[in-house]
Amino acid sequence: MVEIEIDGKALQVADGSTIIEAAHKLGTYIPHFCYHKKLSIAANCRMCLVQVEKAPKPMPACATIATNGMKVFTHSEQAITAQKAVMEFLLINHPLDCPICDQGGECQLQDLAVGYGESASKYEEEKRVVPDKDLGPLVSTDMTRCINCTRCIRFTAEIAGFMELGQSYRGEHAEVMPFIGKTVDTELSGNLIDLCPVGALTSKPFRFSARTWELSRRKSVSPHDGLGSNLIVQTKHDKVMRVLPLENEDINECWLTDKERFSYQGLNSAERLTKPMVKQGGAWQEVDWNVALDYVSHALRDVAKTHGGEAIGGLLSPHATLEEMYLAQKLLRGLGSENVDFRLRQTDFSADGKRKGTPWLGMKIAAISRLDRVLVVGSFLRKDHPLIAQRLRQSAKRGTQVSVLHSADDDLLIKLTARAIAAPSQLPAVMAQIVKATLQLKGVAADAALAGVTVSTEAQAIAQSLVSGNEGGSGILLGNFAQQHPQAATLQALGHQLASALGGKFGFLGEAANSVGGYVAKAVPGTVNGNAGLNAAAMLKDPRQAYVVLGAEPELDCADGAQALAALSKAAAVVVLSPFKSQAMLDYAAVLLPVSPFSETSGTFINTEGRVQSFYAAAKPLGETRPAWKVLRVLGNLLDVAGFEFNSSEDVRAEALGDTPGFVSGLDNGINAVMLNLMASTNGLERVADVPIHFADSLVRRAPALQQARDSAAPTARMNKALLAKLGVAAGDHVRVGAGGTATVTLAAELDVGVPDGVVRIAAAHADTCALGAMSAALTVEKV
Amino acid sequence: MALIDTINPLLTTGWSKGDAGWSLKDYEARGGYAQLKRILASKMTQDEVIAEVKKSALRGRGGAGFPAGLKWSFMPKAAPEKYVVCNTDEGEPGTFKDRDLLRYDPHSTIEGMIIAAYAVGAKRGYNYIHGEIFDIYQRFEEALDQARAAGYLGERILGSDFSFDLFAHHGWGAYICGEETGLLESIEGKKGQPRYKPPFPANFGLYGRPTTINNTETFAAIPFIMGMGGEAYLNLGKPNNGGTKLFSVSGHVNRPGNYEVPMGTPFAKLLEMAGGMRGGRKLKAVIPGGSSAPVLPADVIMDCTMDYDSIAKAGSMLGSGAVIVMDETVCMVKALERLSYFYFEESCGQCTPCREGSGWLYRVVHRIEHGEGRAEDLDLLNRVTDNMMGKTICALADAAAFPVRSFIKHFKSEFEYHIEHKKCLVDPEVQRAGSGFFRASSAAGAA
Amino acid sequence: MNKQYDMLSPEALGKIDREVAKYPADQKQSAVMAALVIAQDEKGWLPKETIAVVASYLGMAPIAAYEVASFYNMYDLHPVGKYKLTVCTNLPCALSGGVHAADYVKEKLGIDFNQTTPDGKFTLKEGECMGACGDAPVLLVNNKRMCSFMFPEEIDKLLAECN
Ligand SMILES: Cc1cc2nc3c(=O)[nH]c(=O)nc-3n(C[C@H](O)[C@H](O)[C@H](O)COP(=O)(O)O)c2cc1C
Ligand code: SF4
Ligand code: FES
Repeated sequence: MVEIEIDGKALQVADGSTIIEAAHKLGTYIPHFCYHKKLSIAANCRMCLVQVEKAPKPMPACATIATNGMKVFTHSEQAITAQKAVMEFLLINHPLDCPICDQGGECQLQDLAVGYGESASKYEEEKRVVPDKDLGPLVSTDMTRCINCTRCIRFTAEIAGFMELGQSYRGEHAEVMPFIGKTVDTELSGNLIDLCPVGALTSKPFRFSARTWELSRRKSVSPHDGLGSNLIVQTKHDKVMRVLPLENEDINECWLTDKERFSYQGLNSAERLTKPMVKQGGAWQEVDWNVALDYVSHALRDVAKTHGGEAIGGLLSPHATLEEMYLAQKLLRGLGSENVDFRLRQTDFSADGKRKGTPWLGMKIAAISRLDRVLVVGSFLRKDHPLIAQRLRQSAKRGTQVSVLHSADDDLLIKLTARAIAAPSQLPAVMAQIVKATLQLKGVAADAALAGVTVSTEAQAIAQSLVSGNEGGSGILLGNFAQQHPQAATLQALGHQLASALGGKFGFLGEAANSVGGYVAKAVPGTVNGNAGLNAAAMLKDPRQAYVVLGAEPELDCADGAQALAALSKAAAVVVLSPFKSQAMLDYAAVLLPVSPFSETSGTFINTEGRVQSFYAAAKPLGETRPAWKVLRVLGNLLDVAGFEFNSSEDVRAEALGDTPGFVSGLDNGINAVMLNLMASTNGLERVADVPIHFADSLVRRAPALQQARDSAAPTARMNKALLAKLGVAAGDHVRVGAGGTATVTLAAELDVGVPDGVVRIAAAHADTCALGAMSAALTVEKV
Repeated sequence: MALIDTINPLLTTGWSKGDAGWSLKDYEARGGYAQLKRILASKMTQDEVIAEVKKSALRGRGGAGFPAGLKWSFMPKAAPEKYVVCNTDEGEPGTFKDRDLLRYDPHSTIEGMIIAAYAVGAKRGYNYIHGEIFDIYQRFEEALDQARAAGYLGERILGSDFSFDLFAHHGWGAYICGEETGLLESIEGKKGQPRYKPPFPANFGLYGRPTTINNTETFAAIPFIMGMGGEAYLNLGKPNNGGTKLFSVSGHVNRPGNYEVPMGTPFAKLLEMAGGMRGGRKLKAVIPGGSSAPVLPADVIMDCTMDYDSIAKAGSMLGSGAVIVMDETVCMVKALERLSYFYFEESCGQCTPCREGSGWLYRVVHRIEHGEGRAEDLDLLNRVTDNMMGKTICALADAAAFPVRSFIKHFKSEFEYHIEHKKCLVDPEVQRAGSGFFRASSAAGAA
Repeated sequence: MNKQYDMLSPEALGKIDREVAKYPADQKQSAVMAALVIAQDEKGWLPKETIAVVASYLGMAPIAAYEVASFYNMYDLHPVGKYKLTVCTNLPCALSGGVHAADYVKEKLGIDFNQTTPDGKFTLKEGECMGACGDAPVLLVNNKRMCSFMFPEEIDKLLAECN
């Protein structure tokens, strides 16, 4: 600790703290542009100059380390003169076009110019004009406004992990730009907009649509991945105009993924369902809510009466709120059905009934940053959990060893220590090798189940890295791909065993906003009536007479979209509660009930670390849309299900959670006596199916700007060189892909050196590939 | 062929044969590498070497004049990976001594660097060579090959347990890479944008490792210091200003060239060695230490001796020892305009005051020179320089400001005349004649 | 991976490898300046594709290589004539005929700074201090050949030599 004095106020700060950090602790504001607490120090804008006793010249507060006894003056004449001087330099070549600038009202330059600038400058030369750049569909540029603080450049290089922007040329000609002809393609690009202290980088989707002071702000929670990023949702006349991060160091820090930031465009999509609709005689009619609800209650009651409650299945989106899922399962159970599930992309349910608790991250999100050895298993980490990838990227720079076991070798932009890339069928076996090698290194006897396992060099390297860490400092994380794997329970058991051997942590990276919440809401079969019920896969494999679909598009959101489509099409009554309509829905549904997306309802998401995050509506429901919890409550009443007397979503939450703790209880990744299934049986080519970042849920699928991003490119058939050669196919050729059934799809072949032998990588959750059925199905590929 | 003259030749002893005396055998014949051999054979300690250099009062020849021995002593002892780096990015207008040092006697710099590496415990070194002098870079590479073949570089040098290897890194046209941290960034394969200091290179240098960086002339002096002893070297010059110094004399003299003289030699003597004023014209002004140093009017410089302290007392800097001599045919506004253009062109662009201010200065001086000056422009220039100085990461902003302030200070009436009469005090024809083609009076001196 | 490195000749790649060897194994980027020079020597200038190839060969982001290529004066990001002549006009040179030499070349070639003769043979550039002020006037031919004491006769001779 060192003791310093700032403007006469003494304080103690940690060794190595800068003056600006110390000032921040005191609540003293020092003007700055290039400094950002999450970025490396550039000290180039010179706005933060302050006076330091005994220093001959003003010192940059952002880069000057506080030393014992240092006396700092942030408002002395020397400091103010220096700050004014810098401000004048910043403004001489700035266009001063605030009235037409989107940054107007939230511009640091504008704010500081008022406080630190002179009213007029003597600069009368022609101002510099800098050509704008095309950074892609999300970020708009006005480069003449750029003050060369280089925050954006440092962001791409340091936080996003790849330098996509640079400052080219020099001196007065210096220009911030991407490489000629390139755009900024990181999944975190929107943060550039927040980071830019002036209006040089602004939001393309938001551009010119509102002045910032016209917007109302509401706190909210991201409805996408399991992180539960905190949001500020901004609306104008009840339309969401913009989404910004709400800083929360324990969750999203100060960042948002592009998906979280720009998916709001989907809220205003033309595909919004705004009126209840009922299909009569094959024709759709818009009807009043009471007509629609009446229709639904009759339809469900009829099916339950004639075929029994178990003839009804409930498919709930894992992006639905806790309250919605809770009421949906209660309604279905009230009708006598135990068939309710939110785990739509899961294929292996053999752990059901053997879990010790709700699967979760196994630690706090912030604790990820403190792990010193990490193994990520089966995860498209950078696209599935961009901000967790970001945390690991920073850890790796600090010395954390990160290793990967996966069936794809995408560049995570994280310095990896070891990696094993294996076909999906081999994933459990390689995981077993890692466990065995770890046990051996630890000098612990492996159990019989691992007897026949031979350790590969890759597995050995991973084990070695894990074992070399601090006691208790390791973490094993299972990603979406591992959770969707046909031997997910085996991977879970092995992961748990590995973490126990290391004395480390073991967790699941929650796929969706309510991947934990779904369990808490009891939106899984077999938890209430002791009756097994059917899980998501089973109720589609063995089609039901009726389905209640909440917030999901089963043909895109389920593990086997083709099967889902078939089952729904055959059902007598499909009741869909959704903010959106689609052609598929119009084909299979009998009733469409317009329910609120997250922005138009109050509700709760329980994120992957078990944190309970409730939020209010940011806008009024569009048209005749109603919050789903209200719709379900009325249905409960109409169907005479007991215990449906709720006056608010808080009432529902209270029943589901009790007294609303900060974190839910019952989280446990332990699993009892699963038979390890290490056998690989495959015929044909294996499929690796990723869920592309902008196709993962119904909202983001409808966000137009995101759909133009590079991450939204049409699916291809990605294969390694050997397989392409074997098939006689060149990259760019079209191939016909089949999955055993009659349907085939035609895709462009793409070379991907990271795909293992005998494997074809084809994205799921996409209309182009839905016909291929199960995400894990064996494929045939032939040249067209 | 550059012109060379010297009193008490030391660093320039090897220059007498011109391009024919640079190679290893010539250097060895002059007693080259004897000091390295002696140090290794006698197992001198690192501290002993540093102490000798400290005693010599050798001050950095790159511009700042920081004591070399002291700088070496800042290197952390324990660090496993350390570097020595030589700064031959000679780009300061008026300076051309390092080029000739490497051209006529590259091995003295190499030996100096090896000794430095020994003293600070570095295993690897780089010499950063100015982009425009490709032939010198090639020669240096050749000299390195010679040294390597002779066992002066590489593993276990001369059978000792000291290993060191040295490589040349060629610049490609950026003045700012002469600034030591810009230079390090450049070796790392980046733009040469200076780093904020502290941390200084001795703690965080090349690749983030402790690094000693010195000017070519500084390193070249080392073998001689080790040969004659620090004390004797010091005594060649003045207290606190040890040894001899190379001065690159350019401009309106009869024999532009490099001159090696003891520190403390009167300016008048140096001028005389350079053949006196061209055409017998009157001395008007001298920039005594490279274009970044404040200009001094004739009467002031004529009273100075050429050493750090005397020039500083006169209000300027000895800098790199580049002496730019201007006679009465020079228009000081035009001269300043050219220098201001240089700093505007060469600002690396990271610091706001330098990026924006250097262009502002140039534009205002430009408009004065072109008859569009305004009465308030001189105040404006002074205010802009005030706002630049001491507010940036490196000293380039100061370097851009010093000429402007000193030219205005010493030649104010000339600027005022320009502004008022929209033309030059010195007739353009006279200017043109004074700065026209000029063949130096003879290939004089030792060359 | 075979990332179109054939855009550069095997000789050029060999030279780049020799430069890479000067630096610690994990510091390949240090060779980028030299690699760009080698590429420029081969191509005559630096098209963006060439910069991208160099970047990928050294394992750096293309924009990082572009930053370098655009920061240092002697990289040519646009095509230049067969002979690029750079005349130093900085003050020390100007005092001894630097500007006169530039004017002389301009007149002989009929072009101004930053222009190329219609036959594509010469490009003229204004240079900054080359560290050879004692030899003024100085000019640089194709970045690598420095010519000292460039009085009119010497300039005539040089221009005649270039073909
Ligand atoms: C803008 C600028 C340009 C410089 N150019 C050079 C140069 O060309 N050569 C040089 O040796 N030092 C130059 N320096 C000084 C170096 O930063 C550094 O002080 C020097 O190389 C240290 O060596 P020395 O102590 O032996 O002088 C420059 C400094 C600045 C601020
Ligand atoms: S003062 Fe100028 S040259 Fe030096 S670092 Fe700052 S911007 Fe670059
Ligand atoms: S905030 Fe300190 S220099 Fe920019």
